Amino acid sequence: MKKHGPIILLFILLIFPLVVQNSYYQHLVIMVLMWVIIGSGWNLLAGYTGQVSFGEAVFFGIGAYTSGLLFKHFAISPWWGVLLAGPIAVLLTLPFGWISFRLRGAYFALVTLALGEVFRLVAIVWESLTGGMVGILVDTTFVSKVPYYYIFLFIALLRIASTTAVINSKWGYYFLSIREDQDAAESLGINTVKYKMVSLNLSAFLTGIAGALYINYMGFIDPEVVFSLHDISIMAILVGIVGGVGTIYGPVVGAFIMVAVHEFFRTGFFGLFKGIASLTGSDFMTTVAKYVSEAHVLGFGVLVIFVIMFLPNGVVGDWKKITAKLLPKRDKGGIS
Amino acid sequence: MEVFLQTLVAGILKGGLYSLIGIGMTLIMGVMGIINLAHGQLMMVAMYITFALSSFFGIDPYISLLVSMPSLFILGMAIQKYIMNPLMEVDSILPENQVLMTVGIGMVLTEIARFIFSSNYKSVQTSYSNATFFLGAISFSVALVIAFFIAIGFTVLMFWFLLKTDIGRSIRATAQDRDAALLMGVNSKKITIITFGIGSSLVAAAGTLLIPIYYLFPDIGGPFTRKAFVITILGGLGSTVGAIFGGITLGLAESFGATYIGMAYDDMIGLIIFILVLLFIPGGFKRFTKI
Repeated sequence: MKKHGPIILLFILLIFPLVVQNSYYQHLVIMVLMWVIIGSGWNLLAGYTGQVSFGEAVFFGIGAYTSGLLFKHFAISPWWGVLLAGPIAVLLTLPFGWISFRLRGAYFALVTLALGEVFRLVAIVWESLTGGMVGILVDTTFVSKVPYYYIFLFIALLRIASTTAVINSKWGYYFLSIREDQDAAESLGINTVKYKMVSLNLSAFLTGIAGALYINYMGFIDPEVVFSLHDISIMAILVGIVGGVGTIYGPVVGAFIMVAVHEFFRTGFFGLFKGIASLTGSDFMTTVAKYVSEAHVLGFGVLVIFVIMFLPNGVVGDWKKITAKLLPKRDKGGIS
Repeated sequence: MEVFLQTLVAGILKGGLYSLIGIGMTLIMGVMGIINLAHGQLMMVAMYITFALSSFFGIDPYISLLVSMPSLFILGMAIQKYIMNPLMEVDSILPENQVLMTVGIGMVLTEIARFIFSSNYKSVQTSYSNATFFLGAISFSVALVIAFFIAIGFTVLMFWFLLKTDIGRSIRATAQDRDAALLMGVNSKKITIITFGIGSSLVAAAGTLLIPIYYLFPDIGGPFTRKAFVITILGGLGSTVGAIFGGITLGLAESFGATYIGMAYDDMIGLIIFILVLLFIPGGFKRFTKI
């Protein structure tokens, strides 16, 4: 089962839009795939290389704005932006890394947070270039969600495959050694700045593409959406830590959980409270339904506190701990 | 010249309040070695307490300091005791777990405030909210001047506490060398709990003092958390004197930025100063003052 898990999952994902025609569910899975791309990027930089970044939104946003600005100023199809977003995000890692990689630990976290906020504020203030808070509107190419689905799926698979390849290569071991002890890694002759940069580049490239795909898919961006600290940078962190820091499939599970929790709250437990309210006709339940639908951030907050306290390595990292708690104890020989 | 002086005065007055926010943060950072990204959110809680007292019972914001500070002291101690201290024993890959935890706490606090008070902007109008007096051609906001002097009072009190009392000395000892302090018989767990409480109540004081001149909404915490860590890094980690300089510097930078560059840039200026300080004077002002 363990061996075939990824193949079965891939098969399900490949046939999913053909089986489920409902565009709402298709949208949800597209969001999961997008978060797999972003969350895995964060995980490569933070989980494997130990650089906990609060600035993932910089690369997502720059990807989205690459696409959007090309369309806005030169009327070039935003799809060309998808091709350009990756290289531009990588180009941006040069100043980003130059500033942030000389700092460690919590300082690194703070400076990436500050850089992310600077980008958001610049995008808001520089109205002649970005349109400021008005945002950028582009025409979406397809009405159906299926083409977008397969594009996101392709990039997500690329992300998983490239992460797996990198982690099992020499680079992966360099990354891990930097995470475990940067000074020791340096003293063994590993150019830590270079490999942190490599990790950031790999992380930023596909995250930038995800940003460009986002504007093609949604048709609209503004600085508060794509450069958002809470909705992008911190969400990426949550995807990483809920799923499992430093595991390949952690962000996949994390993305699924986060999108599920988000929708769970947004729809008021899938319409449960609204249903009760309309059945009983009580005003109280209507109010509760309204509050619950706005409470997804509260859900995230409680989830992150719970996960850090009890599952510090995330759902995937602590999977054994969960199964040991939930399932009745079996003989050691019974577990294969 | 008048504009310049006016901006200078506004910056220094605002800086006094920022120092109070920064001292709370720097104490927590010094003793626990973590960055409390829920600091602004704690301030937001104190502001809502003040707002509730004023709108339901008509209590003056300055009197409600007596309520908001103890409540936040208890809240801070509870957070440290039941969430942060147990976390120290949790084994995980990333040592930054505690920072991430404070992010989670901040989110929960913000959303609870949104639940109770909704997202609408609130403000407390007092008789002195818009009052001003003039010295020469320069106008002073009465509420801001009062806030500035109360903030200075708290800062002086804090220094006396840190320098002269037993608990204060234990806090400084723990900040300097946790293990050595432990060997000298300091109960470092208790000290961390008390420190978090004190840090929270100082930021609560800042929040309550801001209420008569500021507006209030649940997301106000985020920007103030950012200001708090900018101040702390400016001043140098764990340095209380540095936090005062950092607060005043940020206050001045923001008010000069707003006057001479543009209102929209006031948040950005703080962050850019922050990045420049980290790059060029990584120890902050602590390098110059040595305290």
